[in-house]
Amino acid sequence: MTFARLIASTAASLTLAGAVAAQDTSIIVQSTTSTANSGLYDYLLPIYTGESGITVNVVAVGTGQAIKNAENCDGDLLLVHAKPSEEKFVAAGYGTQRTDLMYNDFVIVGPESDPAGVAGMSDVEAALAQIAEAEALFASRGDDSGTHKKEVALWQAAGVDPTTGSGEWYRETGSGMGATLNAGIGMGAYVMTDRATWISFQNKQDYSVGVEGDEAMFNQYGVIPVNPEHCPSVKIEAAQDFADWLVSEAGQAAIAAYEVDGQQLFFPNAAGS
Amino acid sequence: MQDIGEAFHLALSLVLSGDADLFEIVGLSLQVSLSATLIACAIGLPVGALLAVSRFRGRGAVLVLINALMGLPPVVVGLLVYLYLSRSGPLGFLGLLYTPGAMIVAQTILIVPIVAALSRQVLEDLHGEYAEQFRSLCLTRWQSITTLLWDGRYALMTVGLAGFGRAAAEVGAVIIVGGNIDHLTRVMTTAIALETSKGDLPLALALGIVLLVIALGVNAGVQMLRMSAARQASYGAAANV
Repeated sequence: MTFARLIASTAASLTLAGAVAAQDTSIIVQSTTSTANSGLYDYLLPIYTGESGITVNVVAVGTGQAIKNAENCDGDLLLVHAKPSEEKFVAAGYGTQRTDLMYNDFVIVGPESDPAGVAGMSDVEAALAQIAEAEALFASRGDDSGTHKKEVALWQAAGVDPTTGSGEWYRETGSGMGATLNAGIGMGAYVMTDRATWISFQNKQDYSVGVEGDEAMFNQYGVIPVNPEHCPSVKIEAAQDFADWLVSEAGQAAIAAYEVDGQQLFFPNAAGS
Repeated sequence: MQDIGEAFHLALSLVLSGDADLFEIVGLSLQVSLSATLIACAIGLPVGALLAVSRFRGRGAVLVLINALMGLPPVVVGLLVYLYLSRSGPLGFLGLLYTPGAMIVAQTILIVPIVAALSRQVLEDLHGEYAEQFRSLCLTRWQSITTLLWDGRYALMTVGLAGFGRAAAEVGAVIIVGGNIDHLTRVMTTAIALETSKGDLPLALALGIVLLVIALGVNAGVQMLRMSAARQASYGAAANV
């Protein structure tokens, strides 16, 4: 085979790949990882695509990166969980409108040995203060994700600056929830995670939920179509259709019906917004 | 350690059960990485050959640069390609981001320096043997290059394999420009990263084993091609005598 033919055939496959993606009715959702890693999309999307004929392609990254990608017009819909950042996103004209979608909560998981003695606590500020006091290992996302932003806010509320112990007892992994759980469990550190990721996580070893039930650990997910005025390339009709379905009775019921190991992972609350 | 035994078992049952998702991912991995390797060879081999036969001021610096680029971090390549292909980037109008095409572009950039640098070395050594003959035959530079590329084709296959190996094994670039979208841009390495982040270590490892077997298959295929071609060449030589 000559080089010219090689180039021609690969160029053909390149343009083909591009054309297929452009032709279908498909949208790109810039999403937080928890909704993808927990299997929620695997459950929801076939139902939605079956009804609408619209294919939904999910790019699962941290909330910070998802928002950044959407600002660059590399997505049609944003589904994340950091309300202040989401409101800023809409206020800056990047998104059309933010709607509450569903919630669950954050928990702090720890090893059986429980070095800071926080197991069973529900006051998250007191628990964090206790972990800092004991200088027990704590693995943080450290990646500007929704979970990380929440964790930073909770440390602030607890009146502790954990970054003074950075590299010592406070370990910022700078990676996703799953990677941080793997690392934290490997080093025997406490980790704050959303409950959905935790329930569906499969490398728990001797870890269990230590701190839970504080109102401050509430975790709200929101959905925002990307603004076509800012991004002319956005497929706003399809994106709006998917967003509308998610907050509709059918979509909300589907979210509520999704379970892992008999436990509901996400609680729909679009009606309240 | 129990995970490793489980992984081998899982890998075997995934392959034997003809898991459709797995075959889709394997197919895309091969399509992307082989395309990238072919394009990278089409660009890198002529560059390597040209460098092998040319002498010019600053050649040393160019060689150092190309050799250094072999160590390009995939995640940096991914980021650069993302910035160019992003809708808000200069090439955003192509709509290539989050398609296999973007992944091919990223992997091509990643392995062109490898193909160019390694082929330069291979062909320069060969040129050392041939230089006298080339001079006596008064070959032009273009004729020298094509002769070197043809006569060095077996060694250059190994160069191509090195490029393919790098492309098939990297995750940093394709996960950024492809987005690891299910049924669209999910390849072996991004699937492994995903299962690891889900904490499903046996499945992640099983996929790793499958990837290794694919690499083995590609290498064995090229090796066989090489051997049968070499056999034919020796028959031909014998017939001529």
